[in-house]
Amino acid sequence: MMDLIGYAAFFLTAALIFSLITLGLNLQWGLTGLFNVGLAGFVAIGAYTSALLTTPDDPARLGGFGLPILIGWLGAMVVGGLAAALTGYATLRLRSDYLAITTFGVAVVVQLVALNAQPLTGGPFGIGFIPRPFGGLAETPLLFNLSNLAIVLAVTLAAYLALEHLSRSPWGRVLKALREDERAAVSLGKSARFYRVQAFAVGGAIMALAGALQAHFIGFIAPDNYLPILTFQVWVMLIVGGSGSNIGAVAGSVLVWAIWAGSGALTSMLFSPEQQARAAALQIVAIGVMLCVILLVRPSGLFGDRPRRLRAAKAAPSAAPESRGP
Amino acid sequence: MSLQFVVDGLLTGSMIGLGAIGVTLTYSILRFSNFAHGDFMAWGTYATLAAVSAIGALFGKVAPIAPLSFGWPLIVALVIGMAFTALLALLLDKVLFARLRRQEQAIIVVMGSFGASMALRSLLEFIFTSRPTYFSRAIQIAMPVGLGIRITPDQIALLLLTAVLVLGVHLLTTRTQTGRSMQAMSQNPALARVVGIDVASVVRVTWIVGAALACVAGVMIGILVQIRPFMGFDILLPMFAAAILGGIGSIPGAVLGGLIIGLAEAGAVQLVGAEWRAAVSFIILMAVLFVRPIGLFGVRER
Repeated sequence: MMDLIGYAAFFLTAALIFSLITLGLNLQWGLTGLFNVGLAGFVAIGAYTSALLTTPDDPARLGGFGLPILIGWLGAMVVGGLAAALTGYATLRLRSDYLAITTFGVAVVVQLVALNAQPLTGGPFGIGFIPRPFGGLAETPLLFNLSNLAIVLAVTLAAYLALEHLSRSPWGRVLKALREDERAAVSLGKSARFYRVQAFAVGGAIMALAGALQAHFIGFIAPDNYLPILTFQVWVMLIVGGSGSNIGAVAGSVLVWAIWAGSGALTSMLFSPEQQARAAALQIVAIGVMLCVILLVRPSGLFGDRPRRLRAAKAAPSAAPESRGP
Repeated sequence: MSLQFVVDGLLTGSMIGLGAIGVTLTYSILRFSNFAHGDFMAWGTYATLAAVSAIGALFGKVAPIAPLSFGWPLIVALVIGMAFTALLALLLDKVLFARLRRQEQAIIVVMGSFGASMALRSLLEFIFTSRPTYFSRAIQIAMPVGLGIRITPDQIALLLLTAVLVLGVHLLTTRTQTGRSMQAMSQNPALARVVGIDVASVVRVTWIVGAALACVAGVMIGILVQIRPFMGFDILLPMFAAAILGGIGSIPGAVLGGLIIGLAEAGAVQLVGAEWRAAVSFIILMAVLFVRPIGLFGVRER
């Protein structure tokens, strides 16, 4: 029984960290319509920044500086936000696809730096001995898991409330207006690029914070944690939950993480060890197909509010037959 | 610095350029950046590999053509692989992209291509495992051609093949009615429809040309480097960068962009080391976006 509670706490902690990334993505995509295919890069930036700031001194690489964990998290948000602002500044005046391609490139470059800049990132072996918030409790796993869960829950809740407040504020309304009808919003004197860069930066900072939380929760990071598959998982979480809705982002994350962890456990039971890698590949195929099916069948997800305007346009009698196409 | 990087760069550049033609066509005519394009490459290569083995099983061992490392089976298999890749692209368009396009939000199609890319790649990993394979394990002797440059017969053959294909696609898009319809679609889709251009057939030709060239580029990687499920995904960023550097919609631009990126990568490998190779295309991409976002031969969007 105690084991079960411990595992539930562990599972929820992981799921809530994903929720935090998804919340950041929801601000970028759901609210503002900015397509980020390199979010793993921003998560990695947060994780590495916080790890560098808080780990004890290591002669093999730069730092660590042994600073308090909170400073690490703040630093992660600042660096992640700056990286996102720079990416947005470079691409947001151009077509939306260019942002997608650039973020994709950011993830590739971050992965490259993590792997090769040994003096900064520890190279392929990553960084260990990242201090844990309740490291003293590690002897009693249950208490340790529960206190981790409490911290992650508090941070996620704070981010959720802040984002809910932001999306209802005048600032959030401008973002929605830009997403729905850029020309109308611009004609009201709102600088589209300025608002979008802000939203992209805040979203990047939240992702970086999530990366930092995860690093301190596991205590060890390596480049392998931030492969494109992470980006992909978070996207599926947001689409399943419904882009545009913060509660959907959280619910989608928990649901998809449950499916992911469950199917992972299932494949490790059903397949022999030498077939594991193949079974894991099949798991990704299934999730990829799921993403496409949801986009086709129910693009608004479980809680989404996305294509209101489009549906209205389609209901117009003149548009309906033409949209079928030949 | 040895001049060898010119040959290496031209070869890498040919692979990138052939792939970038598909990216730039999809982007300008179907109006989305296709993240699954690299995986068409990998699927085409594995299809070609399968066809080679099938031919080998039917006809026994065939001797390679004099100086090259491969014989006619690979050439026949390449044609089969190109047809297969084109069919795969058409199928994916039918079940996924065409339907997503009807939602009239370009970025949803991009997301669909991202999902499809993950699924396609992992399916390859499931079928063939992630272990690298090769068309031929024979080692070719590189011939010195002066100035400290060495080149193998395979490399010469593939460079020639690239030149022929690029010329062919260029003639197709500039001298034939189909090509003119494609240009019309990319410049003004609404007007193209009004003057009675068969949109469905333009879309088909776009997929067929892009996918077939992706297959050739993949097979080139397979002959010169190795075959892995991730081979296409790893070259995706250079392909996007080449398409944007050349100017979206421009086929000569895509090829030139690919060659520039290939040469820059090969130069960087000599100067700073192979492990930083993937950063080159990102730096070039950022420079283009800051300095001249329409690229070398691009036209400003209306």
